[in-house]
Amino acid sequence: MRRLLWLSVLSAVAIAYPLLLSSPFQQRLGALVLLYAIAASAWNIVGGYAGQVSVGHVVFFGCGAYAAMGAYAKFGLSPLFGIPGGIVIAAALAAVIGVPTLRLSGHYFSMATIAVAETMRLIVTNTDYLGAAVGLSGPTVARNIFDLSFISSLPYYYLFLLVLAITLFITWWMTNSRMGFYLRAIKDSERAARSLGAPASRTKLYAFMLSAALTSVAGALYAMMFGFVDPESGLGILISVKILIMAALGGAGLLFGPLVGAAILVPLEEISNSVLGGKGAGLTFVVYGAIIVLIARFQPGGILSLFKRRPKPGSEVGAPHAP
Amino acid sequence: MSFVLVQVIVGGLLLGAVYALFSSGLTLVWGMMNIVNFAHGDFVMLGMYVAYVVYTLMGGGPLLGAPLAVLVLATLGVVVYFGLIRDIMKGPMLAQILGTFGLALLLRYSVFWWFGADFKSLPQNIVGGTYAVAGLRLEASRLLAGVVALLVTLGLHLLLTRTSLGSKMLAVAEDATAAQLMGIRPDTMQAIAWAIAAGATGLAGALIANFFYIVPTVGETLGIVAFVTVSLGGFGSVPGALVAGLLIGVIESLSGFLIGAVYKDIVVYILFLFFLWFRPQGLMGKV
Repeated sequence: MRRLLWLSVLSAVAIAYPLLLSSPFQQRLGALVLLYAIAASAWNIVGGYAGQVSVGHVVFFGCGAYAAMGAYAKFGLSPLFGIPGGIVIAAALAAVIGVPTLRLSGHYFSMATIAVAETMRLIVTNTDYLGAAVGLSGPTVARNIFDLSFISSLPYYYLFLLVLAITLFITWWMTNSRMGFYLRAIKDSERAARSLGAPASRTKLYAFMLSAALTSVAGALYAMMFGFVDPESGLGILISVKILIMAALGGAGLLFGPLVGAAILVPLEEISNSVLGGKGAGLTFVVYGAIIVLIARFQPGGILSLFKRRPKPGSEVGAPHAP
Repeated sequence: MSFVLVQVIVGGLLLGAVYALFSSGLTLVWGMMNIVNFAHGDFVMLGMYVAYVVYTLMGGGPLLGAPLAVLVLATLGVVVYFGLIRDIMKGPMLAQILGTFGLALLLRYSVFWWFGADFKSLPQNIVGGTYAVAGLRLEASRLLAGVVALLVTLGLHLLLTRTSLGSKMLAVAEDATAAQLMGIRPDTMQAIAWAIAAGATGLAGALIANFFYIVPTVGETLGIVAFVTVSLGGFGSVPGALVAGLLIGVIESLSGFLIGAVYKDIVVYILFLFFLWFRPQGLMGKV
């Protein structure tokens, strides 16, 4: 009952936000928070719930972004048509990466995902068909509403809110399904879970593919809002880092953790960029780095884990795991 | 085989020795504490900037820059160990990855903020000119880097296998509790391991600063090179890192020469993924 109350308050705030704080800067900020919350929530499925820390999630983000822009730039279609393509490519790529690496211990998985992301970035940067270093652009002037090319951030805000709600619903549904129970068991002790018959590899792979598919949607939405994608904005490792940090700051493995993290870090970055100008880019990431080090050191479960009512030992991310 | 190809291979070996040097630091820490330092490449970057600062402020060459870089980085290593690693070591893996990744960002962008994003380089003749040995053209700076790196990596291996300090460190790696019962302080040993690992990156950074481009983001690429080297060589194995480092140096320069400079990183990364797929224990590692 109390959860329902909180949920309705949160939804009401989210729906009313761009109407109450209606300057273009604030609306854009709100849209960006939601966008990163989508990506971080998608990451949360594999990074938080399955405990497999992917540092190369930007590669799926890039799949979506390039598919959406490619649909327009190569076929003259609405970028919307790129979304299913991006989902399929991202999930297939996740399977290709996941099958060999998910059976390895966690560090290898993290490194493999970095290597895949960097490889993709380098390949795309040198592929003329995908615009090489310049990237692909979306429609400059919308031909119709389905091009999703708006000047105001308001339509994007509500679109992102809808997608975020769907993402969170899928996550919630997954955690309460058989798969969610498997994942929790695997995260606590993979060996124990396996010996009790949980299909560990398959479950982790499904989580990875689901996470990749949702991340590609975030990438497609990002490209639509900004109207273009290039190797740096679509496949740069810093995007992965931001996604991961937001989820971890809020609380990895908690439903609303990524949203909380995004709501803290996106305004921090946007405001410091607008206050400090070009010099701010470096300083922003110094602050990012410091924040992450501090979370890892003092609150590895993230901010939301402070408010957990019944901390069950071993149930959250912050709990020590068996060596 | 043409002379050009030999030239390319020798160049690859010399750079590979430096890869081996900083990767052996990563493999030491990884093998001993089962923690992966995602800031490792950025440690190398710091070593490069120490050499750069030594040159711009004092006009000093590698003779002054390299020892200073070792000192600065070794100190940083100890500080990082006591300030961060000791606590996150026992934590969940997410905290370990986050902690060192955050450190990487902190270091990379502090340098970015302070020195700017533009490429810096040291004067070409800071070490000496170019020599012709048996028809091969060898730059003194690369020769120095390769030879020193090779010797120090071998020295590191001897330190770990032939001295009592090395035995103590290996004992802690094997079983920290048992080592403690034998009167060895795991804390001290692990701090020493961090000092050695970071010191090695400092030396490597100061050595390649003489001929490499110096830029805050160079650590990202070098960090991946270190991961590739360690996974190829088997984690915890210094000889493995040496062989793998030399191999990667050669593969990189050969593919840069034969396919094109932009593809040399791609070749190395794909090789890495290939190894992860088929031989995750590396060339010389145990499962």
